[in-house]
Amino acid sequence: MTTMTLGRTGVPTKYLPVLVTGCLLVAMFVVGGIRYEGFASGQVILNVFIDNAFLLVVAVGMTFVILTGGIDLSVGSVVALSTMISASLMAGPGWPPYLVIPLVLVIGSGLGLVMGYIVHAFDIQPFVVTLAGMFLARGLCYTIGTDSIPIEDPTFTAFAQDRIDLFADLWISPSVLIAALVVLGAVYVLHYTRLGRSIYATGGSEQSALLMGLPVGRTKITVYTISGFCSALGGVLLSFYMLSGYGLHAVGMELDAIAAVVIGGTLLTGGSGFLLGTVLGVLVLGLIQTIISFEGTLSSWWTKIFIGLLLFVFILLQRVFSARSRR
Amino acid sequence: MALPAPVLTMSGIGKQFPGVKALDGVDLRLLPGEVHALMGENGAGKSTLIKVLTGVYPADAGTIELDGRAVAFGTPLEAQQGGISTVYQEVNLCTNLSVAENVCIGREPRRRGRIDWKRMRARAAELLSRLELSLDVSAPLSSYSLAIQQMVAIARAIDIDARVLILDEPTSSLDADEVEQLFRVMRRLKEEGIAILFVSHFLDQIYEISDRMTILRNGRLVGEFLTRELPQVELVAKMIGQELAALERLHGEAKVFDRPLVEARGLGRQGAIEPFTLTIHEGEVVGLAGLLGSGRTEIARLLFGADHAGAGELAIGGTPASLRTPRTAMTHRIAFCSENRKTDGLIPDLTVRENIILALQATRGWTRPVPREQQDELVGRYVKALKINPPNPELLVGNLSGGNQQKVVLARWLILEPRLLILDEPTRGIDVGAKTEIQRLVVELSDGGMAVLFISAELEEVLRLSHKVGVLRDRRLVAELPNDDRLTTDVLLETIASGGASNGAAGNGAASGADDVMANGGRDS
Amino acid sequence: MRRLLWPAVVLALLLLVNVFTPNFFSIQVRDGHLYGTLIDILRFGAPLILVSLGMTLVIATGGIDLSVGSVVAISGALACLQISEDAGVFTAVVLALGLSLLLGAWNGFLVAGIGIQPIIATLILMVAGRGLAQLITDGQIITINSPAYKVIGGGYWLTLPFGILIVIGVLAITAFLTRQLALGMLIESVGGNAEASRLAGIRARGIIIMVYAFAALCAGVAGLMISSNVSSADGNNAGLWIELDAILAVVIGGTALSGGRFSLGGTVLGALIIQTLTTTIYSIGVPPETTLLFKALVVTAVCLIQSPSFRAKAFRRRRRAVLPGAASEERVRVTT
Repeated sequence: MTTMTLGRTGVPTKYLPVLVTGCLLVAMFVVGGIRYEGFASGQVILNVFIDNAFLLVVAVGMTFVILTGGIDLSVGSVVALSTMISASLMAGPGWPPYLVIPLVLVIGSGLGLVMGYIVHAFDIQPFVVTLAGMFLARGLCYTIGTDSIPIEDPTFTAFAQDRIDLFADLWISPSVLIAALVVLGAVYVLHYTRLGRSIYATGGSEQSALLMGLPVGRTKITVYTISGFCSALGGVLLSFYMLSGYGLHAVGMELDAIAAVVIGGTLLTGGSGFLLGTVLGVLVLGLIQTIISFEGTLSSWWTKIFIGLLLFVFILLQRVFSARSRR
Repeated sequence: MALPAPVLTMSGIGKQFPGVKALDGVDLRLLPGEVHALMGENGAGKSTLIKVLTGVYPADAGTIELDGRAVAFGTPLEAQQGGISTVYQEVNLCTNLSVAENVCIGREPRRRGRIDWKRMRARAAELLSRLELSLDVSAPLSSYSLAIQQMVAIARAIDIDARVLILDEPTSSLDADEVEQLFRVMRRLKEEGIAILFVSHFLDQIYEISDRMTILRNGRLVGEFLTRELPQVELVAKMIGQELAALERLHGEAKVFDRPLVEARGLGRQGAIEPFTLTIHEGEVVGLAGLLGSGRTEIARLLFGADHAGAGELAIGGTPASLRTPRTAMTHRIAFCSENRKTDGLIPDLTVRENIILALQATRGWTRPVPREQQDELVGRYVKALKINPPNPELLVGNLSGGNQQKVVLARWLILEPRLLILDEPTRGIDVGAKTEIQRLVVELSDGGMAVLFISAELEEVLRLSHKVGVLRDRRLVAELPNDDRLTTDVLLETIASGGASNGAAGNGAASGADDVMANGGRDS
Repeated sequence: MRRLLWPAVVLALLLLVNVFTPNFFSIQVRDGHLYGTLIDILRFGAPLILVSLGMTLVIATGGIDLSVGSVVAISGALACLQISEDAGVFTAVVLALGLSLLLGAWNGFLVAGIGIQPIIATLILMVAGRGLAQLITDGQIITINSPAYKVIGGGYWLTLPFGILIVIGVLAITAFLTRQLALGMLIESVGGNAEASRLAGIRARGIIIMVYAFAALCAGVAGLMISSNVSSADGNNAGLWIELDAILAVVIGGTALSGGRFSLGGTVLGALIIQTLTTTIYSIGVPPETTLLFKALVVTAVCLIQSPSFRAKAFRRRRRAVLPGAASEERVRVTT
């Protein structure tokens, strides 16, 4: 009744979307491995993580918001704002990184908190509120400066260039480690705390969640705050990666984050999905880029077209699943 | 036998809404270990009373005592914490979460701040076993049928040490087996000493499960009765409030109907209405009588194509027809004024004029607008004929009173000059003047040759207007009675109460087509 | 008409700010062409007005179209590609607009045919469309030299910039379709109460598909205008974020995001407010980078004013003093 039989093992239907994404990822990796020399190595996968650590962190925040049935369009701008604030504070007044980074995180969370409060208290669509947040954060970037500000702080450059060696010549960057910690923390919050379960309940049915006595308003405000925090942290990681602050960083990243979450099998209507799916979704996006760069002849815009196609397929799948489960 | 002290006593409850006295001096007491039915027709005040009890509305007058202490709950949550839990018709759970979570969420067992899934599942399983249910508690709730979801809601409700359990129409979407299962659970809870307040529109169920009942009518208390001492006929009479005043029949001499317009044979829809056979002739007013939820609206919706018929055939003017959408029905010149004008009738953003010509415009398509002069002429005519007040067609329809809104919807359909006009509770919630006007209009229309299917909860009204009356009970058309001198409200009451079984003499017998096609299957997989 | 009051007041105030800017209000005729800041506002605002007009109808049905920016890019890219390959301007324009229509119909099909939420359905084309535009231009910025094509965005006719004429034309057609014909009423009906509309016999599916196709067509025309103005097509940046500005214009113009009553005049005012804001910021010497900040403020203010619960909260104290039962009255109306 609750399981769909796949081969010999029964897999609960709720894991099915994640499984589909996982299979897709494996298939992409296998095809890439057959087609291109040097593709089938562990470092290729790790490079995907290294190049997308910031996106992963941002997508984690987006997952929280989408699980409640909301959306956060401001993430890309908040990422850019964070790079800008860190770069300018370190370049201008020469603030030390251990002051700058917490400040940036507080600002990001604060923006999220305010947006969440407006969404909840005034019952305005999250789409519009976070759109205003997006304008605000981008606008703040440009008021700080319109040019790219390089970051020369030794701590940041160390983070950018450090390699953490794993076994057998494999390595990751410190950013990947941070992203992994964020993912683990998020999984814990979502599955082992009341907040996490309230998030799922709110996304499943806000009305019911209210009637069951759950703190729906607080939950909603919290997820936008978390998303703001993750965006700010993503911004810090991006400044490690880019070593610069720029108002035009991360343009359109909100779309990538939303796409990763959807491809990861999370329902945009809320209430269903897993963080593991989001991780896989980010990997799929990264792997598409990797394949296209390996292909050589394919141009970068195919990435967008593929992402669009994947979005279409996954949204269609979701539609079929939800139509079936409603019966 | 001495009665145990009541768990809950509500006395002299009054609740006033602007313009309406929703409750006036209502008393209710619930004894431990009893199932208490709360009975009443639409607008009797049942749901208001429940909302006052559970803290959704504050009461304007009266007192509530729980275990002898006066209480006043500000929110449903406070009521829950006070020991009063409610399970609604719509299951208010999160179907995306697991069964165990739905039972425990908000008070999950935790260990060092972390949710203890193992203990939570064990506790949920234990609670469910109290209801004689054994489920896979880690499966999502959506994988179970509505009945099971209902039980899970009950399990959640009684987990909070409930003294009083309110079940508000929990059975309206369950099939017979599922209802039986629910009743087993209710009996068990009863044995544990919980007082259950039960609301249902199914008389059979009331008589099967309840020990005692309180009847409301028009916001007032009719009385408290022991179920076994109150015959069904009297119950229905008390709910409907039979008036003994002589009925003025609006129709003149008897007409002969020999030209069938709409013939439904074994038409039905699973979970909504069991297959029925009904013929409506030209110029005939067919009344549908029955309690709320008996399938009146469902018949109307099938005949208008608003829902798909799962079974049976339909012929219009002698030729078979399949009504897949309202639009198809409209091409057969069938019109339907729905019961709920707010959600299914009016477009509040549009003006009176636009609302009136909407259906006509829909049939013409957007490329052929109704010329403005014609619009003004038509709208003016109907505003005048139906005495729509204020007579300003450019007013937003949302600003009109209920009766006038109803007339706007009526006008929308009259413009199309339908052959069959379906009126679902056209006179509910509107003032007496407008009511009489609408009744007279129905007579005029049928005299002009239009067939009318007239649905109303008021038996007098049905009797006054109809040439024949279809009687519904528990989603079945149980009898079709010609409206001759022998047909009185008493006979109608009797038929509703008895389900037409003993009433073959008065009418043409049960009209339901295919006998008892049981609704089976349909559970999700 | 009271609905247009606030947008008109805001626009007037914005224009007033410019009183001290020299030459802001002067309109001159040079070489038989009208020149002046006000004309520029209209001219540069033309693509936004077009896109907003299409967006108005989509929002009135209760939907939203995020993909218009991508369609702007695709349309411009296809037209420029055709012209650079020596196709006639007419063929290029027809092809570009035809493709736009098709893309719009696709959005409409996803929404009305499959039943996907509008915001998600159009997100697909928003993402993929950018790639498509770059695919058409092969990732380059296609530069063309076609005086005939240049007319669309930069030309003049009867002393007026051609772009303004196009806007007037599209506005007239839209007004005709919606207000002279019955399309507007049916759109408002579907957006106002979908179930009641179905029961009144309205075929919502066709209307919704048409509305999305129309929005994409408007975006297509805007794309031609933008690319013609600069005689080049940039798949990456043409029409970037124009969908957000358009939604903003519609909301400022008094059409609720939840659908129902719409106002074409309000939308035009809304688009002009946004364009005037940008121009004013340039003209009064505030750094242009702050435009986004002002936009954020405007969006927030407009949405807060339109939010019933904000009004309830902001005016609660006053209302309580006057009418103690007001709050409960509202609740009753919802529940009964």
